[in-house]
Amino acid sequence: MRKRHGKTFKVVLSYIVLILLGVFMCYPLLWMFFASFKTNAEIFSGINLLPESFGPEAFYDGWKGTADNTFTRFFTNTFVLVIPVTLFTVVSSTLVAYGFARFEFRGKKIFFLILLSTLMLPNAILIIPRYTIFRDLGVLDSYYPFYLMSVFACYPFFTYMLVQFTRGLPRELDESACMDGCGTFRTLISILLPLLKPAMFSAGLFQFLWTYNDYFNSLIYINSVKKFTISLALRLTLDSETVITWKNVMAMSCLAVLPVVILFFLCQKYFVEGIATTGLKG
Amino acid sequence: MRAKSLTRRNNAAYLYLLPWLIGILIFQLYPFIISFYYSLCDYNPVKMPFFIGFGNYIRLFTKDAEFITSLRATLLYTVYTVPLKLIMSLMIAMLLNKARKGIGILRTLYYLPSLFGGSVAVAVLWKVMFMDSGMINGTLRSLGLSPLSFLGDPKTALPTLGMLEVWQFGSSMVMFLAALKQVPASLYEAARIDGASGPKRFIRITLPYISPIVFFCIIMQTLNAMQNFTSAFVITRGGPLKSTYMLGLKLYNDGFLYWKMGYASATSWVIFAIVALFTLLLFASSRFWVFYGDES
Repeated sequence: MRKRHGKTFKVVLSYIVLILLGVFMCYPLLWMFFASFKTNAEIFSGINLLPESFGPEAFYDGWKGTADNTFTRFFTNTFVLVIPVTLFTVVSSTLVAYGFARFEFRGKKIFFLILLSTLMLPNAILIIPRYTIFRDLGVLDSYYPFYLMSVFACYPFFTYMLVQFTRGLPRELDESACMDGCGTFRTLISILLPLLKPAMFSAGLFQFLWTYNDYFNSLIYINSVKKFTISLALRLTLDSETVITWKNVMAMSCLAVLPVVILFFLCQKYFVEGIATTGLKG
Repeated sequence: MRAKSLTRRNNAAYLYLLPWLIGILIFQLYPFIISFYYSLCDYNPVKMPFFIGFGNYIRLFTKDAEFITSLRATLLYTVYTVPLKLIMSLMIAMLLNKARKGIGILRTLYYLPSLFGGSVAVAVLWKVMFMDSGMINGTLRSLGLSPLSFLGDPKTALPTLGMLEVWQFGSSMVMFLAALKQVPASLYEAARIDGASGPKRFIRITLPYISPIVFFCIIMQTLNAMQNFTSAFVITRGGPLKSTYMLGLKLYNDGFLYWKMGYASATSWVIFAIVALFTLLLFASSRFWVFYGDES
């Protein structure tokens, strides 16, 4: 009996710790949201979470952006960059993953080893030569560097993730399709694709997220303000004014993270499963 | 007939691999090799690379005080953040694994910050929160504690950036949680009957089971931490007194601000060498502590 009490106590305690810590973790995000309504004075001296009044003017003023470029442009740019990159990555990674998972061919072991080692190749080492390549191709200050890399499956993480997932699907499926005279491509499209959808969706979500959040690559490949993504634009607002109205910056930061948050709540299952499976099989 | 269908499949494979084969040659292997060549050259974008041997490396290690500071900051940042991040995620994952109800919502709370990765938005948020007159110091004052110059003091600036990194432990936590769910409950039962204590059960059962994930996370987190850029660039710009001037930032400044691309390539190879060495050591040690089940 006593032991049972001890156990309940432990469970209650762990819940209290978990809830307190969880709230503590998300407090900065809440604070960011409410800071969008606060004056500089409130942000800097006040410790209250809630603002004195809820006026949406920071969202209007912040949206105006810098010079001639509003956040309408920056958001449009970001999606024009991110959406094709996501789609190209999913398509190219799936094709390559199919090649690795379902075929025997000469050099397979070495190729797969190369794929694995590129997982651990730091971006830092590739960035200067890539910059030079894209400059020679004449595609700097455009989104082509990003498009090209996604068309040519340069994100080994997703290829690897999809290889592992495809391997997990029963081989009998495509073997019987093969017997029925189905070509390899038709096997992929009509037999495997329906089963691969969740994994492809997870890969797409993460690619969306990472490209959306990316700053370093955008900073290097994109120069002109009218092509800036949200990340670049947010950084710009810090530089362009002498006295920063912080609530404008906070309001735009909130809007910047909003698509990610919405996407997360809509597709939570895929996020969690995507992480779990890639990690487990790694 | 069968042989024929097999050869057909063989050749088809290269067709599926084609995007990757092109990608790997042009955007991975070639840059990898040429970047080493650049690191041996005096190279800026407007003139041809001029071979100077190991001059860049010699300069980095003997004449560039900034590099040593930068290397130190990077290593410190990695040592501060990676273990702490992993310990946090494992602890929370274990607590969550025990919880029966409300795991979904709690997991969301912990996972949420890691969604924003290296985004500028959260870097800006960190800057505002940790300013001298910011919300954190306001809270410290109201608790009767003395405020700290988080971003202004060379001693605290790097740990403050580290906090942003550790704050985002959610994704490794989700991995650990999934791994913990794979541990058969019967093992714990058996151990309990044999009288094994909590810590002993953790060391003998839990840790071996999740060791492949721990291994994977250590490598990936180290790789990321060694290349950290956004927070240093946006929040502190490497200051105060270069205390947060990490290698990623130095690489950017040398390469894309001063256009000393050969020199910056040498820096990138130092990052690579450290990461590679660490990974090799970890792989070598893995047979002593990483246990792969029958699955792999």
